[in-house]
Amino acid sequence: MADLKVKIKNLLFKNPVLTASGTFGYGEEFEDFIALNKLGGFITKGTTLKSREGNAYPRMHETASGMLNAVGLQNKGIDYFIKTTYPKIKKLDTNIIVNVSGSTIEDYVAVAEKLNTLEKIPAIELNISCPNVKQGGMAFGTSCKSAAEVTRAIRKAYKKVLIVKLSPNVTDITEIARAAEAEGADAVSLINTLLGMAINAETRKPVLSTVTGGLSGPCIKPVALRMVWQTYKAVKIPIIGLGGIMNATDAIEFFLAGATAIQIGTANFIDPQTAVKVVKGINDYLKKHKINSVKEITGKI
Amino acid sequence: MKFIKDFKILKNTAVSGDTFILELQLKEKLPQMFPGQFAEVLISKSKKTFLRRPFSIHDVNTSKNTISLFVKKVGEGTTALSKYKTGEKVNLIFPLGKGFNLTKNKKVLLIGGGCGIAPLLYLAKCLNENKNDIHILLGGRSKEDILETEKFKKSGKVYISTENGSLCEKGLVTQNPVLKNKFDKIYSCGPMPMLKEVAKIAKQKNTECEVSLENTMACGIGVCLCCVVETTKGNQCVCTEGTVFNIKDLIWQI
Ligand SMILES: Cc1cc2nc3c(=O)[nH]c(=O)nc-3n(C[C@H](O)[C@H](O)[C@H](O)COP(=O)(O)OP(=O)(O)OC[C@H]3O[C@@H](n4cnc5c(N)ncnc54)[C@H](O)[C@@H]3O)c2cc1C
Ligand SMILES: Cc1cc2nc3c(=O)[nH]c(=O)nc-3n(C[C@H](O)[C@H](O)[C@H](O)COP(=O)(O)O)c2cc1C
Ligand code: FES
Repeated sequence: MADLKVKIKNLLFKNPVLTASGTFGYGEEFEDFIALNKLGGFITKGTTLKSREGNAYPRMHETASGMLNAVGLQNKGIDYFIKTTYPKIKKLDTNIIVNVSGSTIEDYVAVAEKLNTLEKIPAIELNISCPNVKQGGMAFGTSCKSAAEVTRAIRKAYKKVLIVKLSPNVTDITEIARAAEAEGADAVSLINTLLGMAINAETRKPVLSTVTGGLSGPCIKPVALRMVWQTYKAVKIPIIGLGGIMNATDAIEFFLAGATAIQIGTANFIDPQTAVKVVKGINDYLKKHKINSVKEITGKI
Repeated sequence: MKFIKDFKILKNTAVSGDTFILELQLKEKLPQMFPGQFAEVLISKSKKTFLRRPFSIHDVNTSKNTISLFVKKVGEGTTALSKYKTGEKVNLIFPLGKGFNLTKNKKVLLIGGGCGIAPLLYLAKCLNENKNDIHILLGGRSKEDILETEKFKKSGKVYISTENGSLCEKGLVTQNPVLKNKFDKIYSCGPMPMLKEVAKIAKQKNTECEVSLENTMACGIGVCLCCVVETTKGNQCVCTEGTVFNIKDLIWQI
């Protein structure tokens, strides 16, 4: 067995494979398919201060090698998570990371403060990049000033590991990454979905209720890889790479581009066992190439 | 409990020009499945099909360990699926959704429009085991769209409507005279305009009514939150809270 362990600040991951927010529920939904303890960790659905109903149906459209979604952060709110979900999942032997979303800085901070107190939540992923909500969300992640502001506020409020999730819908992602790093982020994860759109030629109407939505899946992988590589050269904090990873080879490419860990997103819909297969595949790759530790290949292109 | 398993294709039978039935066998014993539940099928031979495709469980044969799917060709995925041959394998995530609530010793009406008959066959069988008095109303554009009638006849009395009048009653399925009768419960699956009309009739007659919805899905297991329908309890996932809903829980403008 090669050494698959990676660290983000003081947080140890048994392997570098996590699952992405919004594609893995709160973990429980996958217990029939995989042993969650085999994952390096998983990231919950975007969780907000108050419950949210999300956008109107239709929220999904398949595209060439991917899909568009316009869910709009439907979730039951942080208090429901703490009361109902957390007690059920806290005994799992893996890193449970909560994806924190909001439309104002005060909301983000309130959620982060509540999460400080949960012993089995060692980190949060700050979602400043959701394209599917009208206010806030992606807006925070598209300017250095607002990305810095929200990171600063959360850094003050939240004591444990802080990951900031970046939007690809920007001219220069490295500027935003630097802003997050400067304000105390312990890691950045990238990328969230790319803003896209689908039109039905027969009805001459947009397919999604919100007109635009977030594109994910293998079609975004080249963009994600490029952004991980650019960001790797721009910041010193670890990078968690994601965007279209379907198998271990894709994951290895992200490590080579500069990622310390990776997330599996849309692939969970096609094969709910993808993440454990990727863990095994990374191990096989390292053995085949006689590499002792996955850490050795980060940024090695 | 949900499973992810490879099934072997025992038979792929064309039913009409654009519909076919896949009989799929599992090596091990099938888990219990309820009518109205569905499976997410990976159509790996269709390179252009990215996500799995959801199909209702059409029939179950526990002695042969087989399930069947009744599929209509509408696009890339279903067309590729129609070309699978005996002996080939397909991967399924199943059984998904909650299924219909089965009555006992009641007079019930099943209404299926087009492909909506898919979940009703297994439903009719199970309702028959529960000693219900079963009436089945099938509708389509023309007689070519009225399929599987003989199989339905084994479980109950069949009524038919065709829009062009080429078979039995002429008109929409919801205009069939059988609807004038009183039933204890109505079960329905089919296109949305039909379901809304069925719901309207059931509401007028104060008859309990369950409908099975086919919202577009990405995951089928309640994590993507793409398949929602508005209910009295807020947005609910059709794939996990449905696909079957009692019409009194749906917020429909009817
Ligand atoms: C829970 C559930 C159960 C279903 N059961 C059956 C069944 O038993 N038999 C059956 O033949 N079909 C069933 N369907 C519909 C079936 O899933 C779609 O027809 C199929 O996904 C189309 O795939 P495709 O690649 O051939 O078409 P695509 O190329 O993806 O699309 C072709 C056309 O079909 C339409 N379409 C795609 N998905 C759906 C959908 N979910 N509902 C309605 N129209 C759609 C598209 O809008 C498009 O116009 C079910 C759907 C759901 C959600
Ligand atoms: C249906 C769906 C819902 C998502 N919800 C969230 C969310 O709540 N918070 C978030 O930060 N990202 C969300 N994402 C983005 C993913 O976590 C991920 O960044 C993106 O899909 C790219 O990775 P992938 O191509 O591997 O899916 C969602 C993605 C999808 C497809
Ligand atoms: S299809 Fe993903 S939640 Fe229903």
